[in-house]
Amino acid sequence: MKLTGGQMVCESLLREGADVVFGVPGGAILPFYDYLTQYPKIHHVLVRHEQGGAHAADGYARVTGKVGVCLATSGPGALNLTTGLANAFMDSCPIVAITGQVSRFAIGKVAFQETDVTGATLPVTKHNYLVMRAADIPRVLKEAFYIARTGRPGPVLVDIPKDVFTETADYEYPETVNLPGYHPQTVGDPAQIQKAAKLINGAKRPVILAGRGVLIAGAMEELRLLAEKAQVPVVPTLLGLSCFPGSHYLNVGMMGMHGSAYANIAVDECDVLIGVGCRFDDRITGRVSDFARHAQIIHVDIEPANIRQNIRTEVPIVGDAKSVLRSLIPLVEPAKRSEWLQHIDDLRRAHPLVVRDFGEAPSTQHVIQQLFQETHGNAIVVTGVGQHQMRAGQHYIFDRPMTMVTSGGLGTMGYEIPAAMGAQLGRPDALVWSVAGDGGFQMTVQELATIRDEKLPVKFAIMNNGFLGMVRQWQELFYEKRYSQVKVTGPDFVKLAEAYGMLGLRATRKEEVAKVIRQANAHRGPVLVDFQVAAEENVYPMIPSGQSVKELMEDTLPGLEPTRR
Amino acid sequence: MRRIILALVEDKPGVLNRIASMFRRRGFNIYSLAVGHSEVPDMSRMVIVVDNAPPNAVDQVTKQLDKVIEVVRVEDITELPIVTRETAMIKVRASPATRGQIIEVLDLFKGVEVADVSPNSIIIEMTGTTDVVESLLALLKDYGIIEIMRTGQLAMVRDSQLPD
Repeated sequence: MKLTGGQMVCESLLREGADVVFGVPGGAILPFYDYLTQYPKIHHVLVRHEQGGAHAADGYARVTGKVGVCLATSGPGALNLTTGLANAFMDSCPIVAITGQVSRFAIGKVAFQETDVTGATLPVTKHNYLVMRAADIPRVLKEAFYIARTGRPGPVLVDIPKDVFTETADYEYPETVNLPGYHPQTVGDPAQIQKAAKLINGAKRPVILAGRGVLIAGAMEELRLLAEKAQVPVVPTLLGLSCFPGSHYLNVGMMGMHGSAYANIAVDECDVLIGVGCRFDDRITGRVSDFARHAQIIHVDIEPANIRQNIRTEVPIVGDAKSVLRSLIPLVEPAKRSEWLQHIDDLRRAHPLVVRDFGEAPSTQHVIQQLFQETHGNAIVVTGVGQHQMRAGQHYIFDRPMTMVTSGGLGTMGYEIPAAMGAQLGRPDALVWSVAGDGGFQMTVQELATIRDEKLPVKFAIMNNGFLGMVRQWQELFYEKRYSQVKVTGPDFVKLAEAYGMLGLRATRKEEVAKVIRQANAHRGPVLVDFQVAAEENVYPMIPSGQSVKELMEDTLPGLEPTRR
Repeated sequence: MRRIILALVEDKPGVLNRIASMFRRRGFNIYSLAVGHSEVPDMSRMVIVVDNAPPNAVDQVTKQLDKVIEVVRVEDITELPIVTRETAMIKVRASPATRGQIIEVLDLFKGVEVADVSPNSIIIEMTGTTDVVESLLALLKDYGIIEIMRTGQLAMVRDSQLPD
């Protein structure tokens, strides 16, 4: 079958099941958008900024497990994608980005809107392509989708010159890929798995550290079986939240810089640490030499380069979390470990997450707790980056998989709006709550128009404290309260919501919080709630950057200063 | 210390850039780089010699190089039994008076040829290990080296001393 390059892209997208794509047209990608009109089955979402398109594809991917697709034109369009690509790259999110490039004859001649896009995106993509012949498009897109979703997933960019979209060639979509240098290892080495089982069977105080790899591999059930059989407490990372039921008695809760004190102490005291699908990022480990000091470490990850990247590891296992855990479970002996579990319960009681009272104004903690209550834990929670994000990780209990969508590795403020849009498109029937800060919200606010156009019933909870809150907290704690450029103003968010054709609500007092959440839940369309929270709430517990659990700062009883352990 | 990394890569545009980028982003200097076609069609073999990089960091870079889709195989072969060679072309100032002395120096080395003789200079071509090339260069220094061109180190693992 003879097709143009642009038609081939559309055919390939449909073959890969990409029925929703996010993009903005422009000069170099014009021919593609012309052919797109022939493919009504592809739902194109016209985002207002390409970064929004990349984040939306990312949010879509995180709640569906499918590959998200975004489109942009050459030069500024493609460069606007880069933050979203980097975000997906850090958090192992499968995305295929298709960008228009100037025509072949113009490449390298500093043409209008020309940028070396494969060069610019090289460090933030898993792989990228510059396609110089239409005949290569089916193979390249087949490879792009395959690379994006297999192994450690990630973004793949395909840059296509304008005249390649109009070039005609034979179209046949390949059934297989031929990539001699790419063979992700999914099955773990049996000898290593034996060693891991032996360590676990001999352990008195084991802990499982569960990351996003569990969700990607769909190993939630295997993780639960392992934890229950061997009675091993599970500590999720921020990105691992929702991979293990939050209300399960073995779930200790999130650890790391702002994880609970008890989760951090449990990892500090454990004798065997089983890292599954996580990469021991510095927000987890703190000072590496003090991390899990007494533990022998088992590390299961599909990406060999993640192993021993940051921490010493006694038993490395390269493989897919589901496959490895399946092999591991029969080798692990049933155990009770009642003493260890009792000890963790004691830790919970001795180091609870303290909810501070700020008088009339609600705290972010209070809002998140109410949000959990009023949604019965059934919402998909999308967050931005900062204090509200950490509070969502601490106080929302995620019982169902793939319901926490957050920018972890890159920490991209502004992720919350477009990612919520992508999540809602991926899960049209789900209740999606985007938890935002007033700073980050203003970084991608233009996508509210897209959300309205798409009639998406996303609910936004802005934790409006008039500050870039987390930065302010660091300036308070580590720069002797010399506040530098952290006071941030915003629009009247209720009016803003109305301007975008959404329902705008506001809560300024604690007792209003539950009511407005109920009101928002009951509304069929998109809602924005401006929660005017206490201005200078700090997020505790906190392990300052580069330090360890020994330096963990905990909030104490209301009114008291935080203490150091 | 120097580490020697051997890689088999697909012969496609941009591959060298992807590989070099892995070193650039960590601030490692590539001491030498040799690339050419291998025995496998459409595959190139590369020897990358890295300077002043801690061994564990090189281990990490090697793993990251393996992540590059077009890299088929990559290995740090520094500790393995290997044969290494490089070729250098050295243009040295040589007047009729000093030419004879220089030739005498060259006689001390194996694998040396005079590739060109001009009135005031000669071009010496030498193939040997990096150490030997360095020692020839040291001896020629006093005569006045005008230009040096080196291929970078080539390396191959010996079968004879490999444990099976």
